[in-house]
Amino acid sequence: MTSSKTNDRILLAVFSVLVLAGPIILAPFGAGYPDLLQKFAIYGIFAIGFNILFGLTGYLSFGHAAFLGVGSYAAVWMFKLLSMNVIPAIVFAVIVGGLFSLLIGYISLRRSGIYFSILTLAFAQMSYNLAYSVLTPITNGETGLQVTLDDPRILDGGAAGQPFSNLFGLNMIETTEVSILGMAVQFNAGFYVCAAILIGCFYISLRLFRSPFGMMLKAVKSNQNRMSYTGLNTRPYTLAAFVISGMFAGLAGGLLAAMDPLAGAERMQWTASGEVVLMTILGGAGTLLGPVLGAGLIKYFENIFSAINEGVLMDFWSFLPETLQHAVVSVSSLFVGEGWHLTLGLIFMVIVTFLPGGLIEGASRLGRLVTNRGKGENGAARPAPAPAE
Amino acid sequence: MGTPILQVQNVNKRFGGLKALDDVNLTVMENTVHAIIGPNGAGKSTLLNTFVGRLIPDTGTVTFDGQSLIGRKPHEINQLGVSRVFQTPEIFEDLTVAENVMIPAFAKRDGAFRLHGWESMSREAEIRDRALACLEDVNMADRRAMLAKNLSRGDKRRLEMAMCLVQEPKLLLLDEPTAGMSRADTNNTIDLLKQIVAAKSITLAVIEHDMHVVFSLADRISVLAQGHVIVEDAPQHIKGNPKVQEAYLGGAHL
Ligand SMILES: Nc1ncnc2c1ncn2[C@@H]1O[C@H](COP(=O)(O)OP(=O)(O)OP(=O)(O)O)[C@@H](O)[C@H]1O
Ligand SMILES: [Mg+2]
Repeated sequence: MTSSKTNDRILLAVFSVLVLAGPIILAPFGAGYPDLLQKFAIYGIFAIGFNILFGLTGYLSFGHAAFLGVGSYAAVWMFKLLSMNVIPAIVFAVIVGGLFSLLIGYISLRRSGIYFSILTLAFAQMSYNLAYSVLTPITNGETGLQVTLDDPRILDGGAAGQPFSNLFGLNMIETTEVSILGMAVQFNAGFYVCAAILIGCFYISLRLFRSPFGMMLKAVKSNQNRMSYTGLNTRPYTLAAFVISGMFAGLAGGLLAAMDPLAGAERMQWTASGEVVLMTILGGAGTLLGPVLGAGLIKYFENIFSAINEGVLMDFWSFLPETLQHAVVSVSSLFVGEGWHLTLGLIFMVIVTFLPGGLIEGASRLGRLVTNRGKGENGAARPAPAPAE
Repeated sequence: MGTPILQVQNVNKRFGGLKALDDVNLTVMENTVHAIIGPNGAGKSTLLNTFVGRLIPDTGTVTFDGQSLIGRKPHEINQLGVSRVFQTPEIFEDLTVAENVMIPAFAKRDGAFRLHGWESMSREAEIRDRALACLEDVNMADRRAMLAKNLSRGDKRRLEMAMCLVQEPKLLLLDEPTAGMSRADTNNTIDLLKQIVAAKSITLAVIEHDMHVVFSLADRISVLAQGHVIVEDAPQHIKGNPKVQEAYLGGAHL
């Protein structure tokens, strides 16, 4: 038991170091710039929260983007009304995400399985439509909600000319460029705010996984019947998990707005809800690290594939004879740019077919293979902790 | 031995055209072992279902410890002190054997819901100890780290028994507790149940086809056939009863 505690500490330490060194580690992959790094961290938080619901209880929500969206709106409203400081914006985003998920969860959790998924999907789509049209006074409809110079901002209204989101004066877009081993590495204030919160969220999820509450959530997934005949009321457990994951989503939405103070309805669309499902399953549902890994990978590939255009493809296939080159380019261009979701779909199919447990399972299989080959009893080579102790 | 703990009065249950329970009356006395026997399809499991909130009878009352059980949710009934071992094991297949027993222990200590999301599992030594002690009782302590789904059928049943025993219920309902067990395990289970009855204040209601088990444990036996209690009597009077012989097709099982 003490050794599992030590393992958890090591896991948290390694995770923190990797996240904090993100700008350095990812620079060689062309992913070291602030915008993308922030996305890694924010969607990592989103996926960690989603995993608490889906990974532990097995309830598959198809509407979590709604909570992300309301988090963003809540944050922008704090920027408009109170202050450009990110703290009130983030706190309010979490609260609103929690309240909203309490409402939707309370209703949706009356059903399970596919009916639950469809209810959450319906609610999210309703929220999207409300944000897009009916609630225009709150959401500013199609245009999206933005901060402007004449917002009241009662706490710091007179102070700044340009409304930049900040943490007690530290501007979120503030970036220091340093040259490390000949690479230009960008240290961005906004990313470090996100990174600190990501580490905090990872710690919370770790504690939760290892707690009696986490065990109850796994029991929900395993056998709800047995739970009731054992004297446990499953509903509050699932609702608590739903609200916690809704708060994580609200937090992620708030952070998106804190990094770039605007919010639009498209953040609530079903594709965004689907994306967090893919992230979690791709990385490994029910594992601690999987969702963060999945979020990072999907955002990374999205960034690469959606930036590729026909010109790039022409260069890439230029070694082929010309007619063949044109044919190959026109086929492969389906998978890039706007068509990146096609690639995502393929990746997802491959993972789910060959590695249903996600990348973390793949890694631990690989780890076991290596340790067995080496006949070593080197337990440290296990790359990721299984959810069970 | 005087007070009734469970009283079933005029319970009826239909499934479409099938009368699964036909005016069932049954009284289980406190701190006794009450066996319910009868041929396949007699309605024994259906009767237990009306005790634990899985089924609501069409008419009739079920009273436990002075409180009506009709309309209560399964978890509420369990919290009153009724635990059940099912005919097909209901366990947490994806969790370890130890966790399977810890969960009911938590339910007993903390009630139907508690948000202990910040407490570390390793600080729950009290619960863990209680679970392990129960696993010792059913001779399964050595399997505590196994996933429950990897257990044999008999072991799953013993695990489920441990999950119920850790709650120290007032009334323990057992639906064919020795089915799928080897002769040796069956005898161990009989010994275990005898021990429990002797040591604790507990009432057992046991459904069982194995007459060896029934006659070594029961203080009283109800015979169910086609949804109706045809005889209720002490064990020594059951064997020779012609109605019982008939229900079992000329006594083939006895
Ligand atoms: N949920 C249900 N819906 C419809 N019919 C049911 C249902 N549950 C039980 N039955 C029927 O009710 C009758 C009694 O079933 P029950 O399971 O109570 O029998 P049993 O005495 O436990 O038999 P066994 O010894 O085989 O376990 C059977 O004919 C069964 O098919
Ligand atoms: Mg039965």
